[in-house]
Amino acid sequence: MLELLSGFIVELRNAGLPVSLTENLDAMTAISHIPLEDREAFKYALGATLVKNHAHWRSFETVFEVYFSLRGPEYNIIDGDGEGSIDDFLRQMQDAQMKGEGNGGAGGMDQLTPEELMNILMNALMNGDQAMMRALARQAVQRFAGMEPGRPVGGTYYLYRTLRNLDLDGMSEKLMQASREQVGGELTKLEERLERDEYNHRIEQFKQEVEAEIRRRLVADRGAEAMAKTLRKPLPEDVEFMHASRDEMQNLKKALQPLTRKLATKLARKRRHGRKGPLDFRNTVRHSLAYGGVPAEPKFKYPRPSKPELIVVADISGSVAAFARFTLMLVYALSNQFSKVRAFVFIDGIDEVTDYFKKTEDVSEAIARINTEADVIWVDGHSDYGHAFEVFWEKWGKEINPKSNVILLGDARNNYHASQAWVVKEMKQKARKVFWLNPEPRSYWNTGDSIVGEYGTHTDGVFECRNLRQLEAFVEKLA
Amino acid sequence: MAPRFDSVQQVRDGLKAVNYLADDGIAGVAFLADRLGKPILVEGPAGTGKTQLAKSIAEMTGARLIRLQCYEGLDESKALYEWNYKKQLLRIQADRNSDSWSEVHDDIFGDEFLLRRPLLEAITADEPVVLLIDEVDRVEVETEALLLEILSEYQVSIPELGTITAKQIPLVFLTSNNTRELSEALKRRCLFLHVDYPQMDREKEIVLTKVEGITEMLADQVARIVRSIRQLDLKKSPSVSETLDWARTLVLLGIDTIDAEQAKETLHILLKYQSDIAKAAKELSVD
Repeated sequence: MLELLSGFIVELRNAGLPVSLTENLDAMTAISHIPLEDREAFKYALGATLVKNHAHWRSFETVFEVYFSLRGPEYNIIDGDGEGSIDDFLRQMQDAQMKGEGNGGAGGMDQLTPEELMNILMNALMNGDQAMMRALARQAVQRFAGMEPGRPVGGTYYLYRTLRNLDLDGMSEKLMQASREQVGGELTKLEERLERDEYNHRIEQFKQEVEAEIRRRLVADRGAEAMAKTLRKPLPEDVEFMHASRDEMQNLKKALQPLTRKLATKLARKRRHGRKGPLDFRNTVRHSLAYGGVPAEPKFKYPRPSKPELIVVADISGSVAAFARFTLMLVYALSNQFSKVRAFVFIDGIDEVTDYFKKTEDVSEAIARINTEADVIWVDGHSDYGHAFEVFWEKWGKEINPKSNVILLGDARNNYHASQAWVVKEMKQKARKVFWLNPEPRSYWNTGDSIVGEYGTHTDGVFECRNLRQLEAFVEKLA
Repeated sequence: MAPRFDSVQQVRDGLKAVNYLADDGIAGVAFLADRLGKPILVEGPAGTGKTQLAKSIAEMTGARLIRLQCYEGLDESKALYEWNYKKQLLRIQADRNSDSWSEVHDDIFGDEFLLRRPLLEAITADEPVVLLIDEVDRVEVETEALLLEILSEYQVSIPELGTITAKQIPLVFLTSNNTRELSEALKRRCLFLHVDYPQMDREKEIVLTKVEGITEMLADQVARIVRSIRQLDLKKSPSVSETLDWARTLVLLGIDTIDAEQAKETLHILLKYQSDIAKAAKELSVD
């Protein structure tokens, strides 16, 4: 047990979770109070002692599934005291599978035709029958995934194969149809919406069952360590903007909201608790009256730093669009920490988009409008920093004043156009600060057509901003 | 000291008896906190019953609830203890010429002149207590350090008196709305519990137990609609307490089944931003 648990904790650390030694010890003590056969309680005991940040919970769950998936009650292969290494699990798991295939572990489902299987699945989804859904998930994986031991393919491949055969999207429609018939007539809009949500929820549950089943089988095939490695995903704050998948983007979005709240509180606090200023003579004298005219309690003026003004100029061409979107979202979510925010976007033409944000409270809606409406294409829709900067300077250059901070976002991949770096130089002379944020790893800078160095010499700093963590650190510094 | 709870199930049933429906995570962590003698850090969106959890545990175990509401600028004289200096002055003046210096000195730093604040009160109490440190994320990082000694050792060091150790280990709950990252030192000393919006079934149960005179049918509908609304991308998702308010309103209005029109008219109880209300109304009627 100890061995398994320490392997588990090493894997958590590998996944990026900060697990300290005391937490490790706590976990050990905690599980000694928990009946081991209760898998949920076991999981919560580990979770409560090891994971101290809700954003990390998903990573924890994945690792937990990998390490302890074979111990679930539905498998019934491990005796209560939990002695034994992974090899043991493996052997027993295979035995269990063998038996399962022999006498029909998932009921008599082996003999069913695919059509019958689909019907059963539909019924199970209709009635929300959990046990049936789990059995079906097992059956579906066994039948459709075509898993072969030792094949070096990731779990997503098997998942895709299984789900393709099940046609779950069509299932949702069919379910809706069925419930319409059940009431005998049309559902109201509200009812329809609610029914649909309910079915989608159940289908999502079923998908998770399938995923879990595949994972269980893969672990049995390859061992927990190898499996954990392939499943290892960066934490939301470490996901790189430039290579985020759609799922990761969703998670990033979710992580962004609490982050902005935290940042806003932090910034407001920082501003209020600035250093003490010079002696406030009037106030000191006033307070001295309480001590019979002795200035016993000196009072100081608190400096009230003005909120900075922000001008964001972002490249929104394909390669860096996600990064620009995130930065704009973050900046606008924090807009009350700045006295004024103006936003410009460009590819090879440049357009001001400040108004999009003004008209709506919903930042994501504004971002969506930028993608469709902003006029950013001049010739061919390939990034041309030089031209964009030139036009910016012509049209809006006058409006940069000593209070404004200019933030330039982009990878500075200029497609070998003229750089027009003098614009940045001029900006720096007029503005309070000019920063450049680059979403590329530092080692890629100034390779190929990237000329970030050329622009960078004229700015107050070029920052690598590959993930939320770095972006957060930058914004905090700025305000 | 004997543990308060025998099993996770007991915690669960006990909480249910005082009208708090806990899920596995909540009951499990409460059970562990008792066994390990560790505080629980409860985190989660506003209005999901974090504070209520502490209250319910207190009610269930028959313990006294001592509450420390945190705010910016909280310091040790408000949280831990303070010397009652007015009384000390009186004491000195009362017998100015009789006692020797050392006698007076020992005397004015005695128990009599100590004002107990919530934290000290919790650990010196004789009867069982539950200590609730509410919204701990509101204090500054430096103030957090105040809590560390009491959370890990259950003791308070007062320079003039020495160290006061707890007579019994209280159950401690810290709640946080996550407006800032708490320090590692604090997190390390606690068990972590994230209370999220409940699953639909549990929310329905909660509505059924907390709202008087609601029909099962209506509770089911309420829970389903709230779940659908939470899936939208809103500024502020409806919390459990808002769900309950909404259910109560519907009951008062004498509504048995909600149709889209009624839902739309009462949405402002569930959602607090105009843009959210507009969005939800649109989503619920046109789909």
